[in-house]
Amino acid sequence: MSTNSKSSAYRTALGRARGLGSAKSGVGRFIGERVTSVALIFLVIWGVWSALTLARGGYDGAVQWIGSPVNAVLLLLLAIVGFYHMQVGMTVIVEDYIGKPTTKALLLMANAFACWGGMALTIVCVLKVALIGGGS
Amino acid sequence: MALASPGARERPLSPHLLIWRWHVTMAMSIFTRVTGGALYAGIFLLAGWALALVSGKETYDLYMGLLGSFLGKLVLFGFTVAVFLHLAGGLRHLIWDLGKGYAKGEASASAWAAMAFAVVASVAVWVIAAMTGAL
Repeated sequence: MSTNSKSSAYRTALGRARGLGSAKSGVGRFIGERVTSVALIFLVIWGVWSALTLARGGYDGAVQWIGSPVNAVLLLLLAIVGFYHMQVGMTVIVEDYIGKPTTKALLLMANAFACWGGMALTIVCVLKVALIGGGS
Repeated sequence: MALASPGARERPLSPHLLIWRWHVTMAMSIFTRVTGGALYAGIFLLAGWALALVSGKETYDLYMGLLGSFLGKLVLFGFTVAVFLHLAGGLRHLIWDLGKGYAKGEASASAWAAMAFAVVASVAVWVIAAMTGAL
């Protein structure tokens, strides 16, 4: 086995790939998906629990709730980490199923727009109510 | 088994989705991905909530009224199941990333456990919601 590595003529495709290492991109995303998933375990459980609180409180309760820095920060983290995780996850799905380069590129772009747009919208809305308070 | 030429011999075909016997690890794998897609739509309920809150009391009450309607509750219950199923599916992947849980029996058991957890946790959350007056 090890003698093969001495002569490149006998190396398999897998052996060559191993020798070259990674494709230099995608590893960050792979790790990012996992790190965000660990964070989301806690954030999502907190989010479900918070939803029950918010469902009882009405508008005034929600404004008061979001005025607490702990709630505002956790909600922002849930949105930021959640939207990022979502973009990476949908990227994997698109890359798995869509072969046509143009369609794939367009879908990945739409995915980025949706995730970053949704994230920015949520951040601004949460921050506005958290810092300035309710009442339009 | 006569081979006309090495290039023309029949290649083995991968099993087609429709003739593939369902097994629990396959089902859980599909559920994890499908619920991921469902949560993609679901998180915009959160974005919509934030937008409704910033728009003032009238819009907020309207939004919460929609979520509180029968159809809204149905969607939210599905959202709850999707959250817990995807959470459990993700946990299985994290355990696999540690190099554990690959044995056939273990993988099947964790798939059943993940689905059971999703159902039990979803029902528990909604029972708690009903008992605390959140519905």
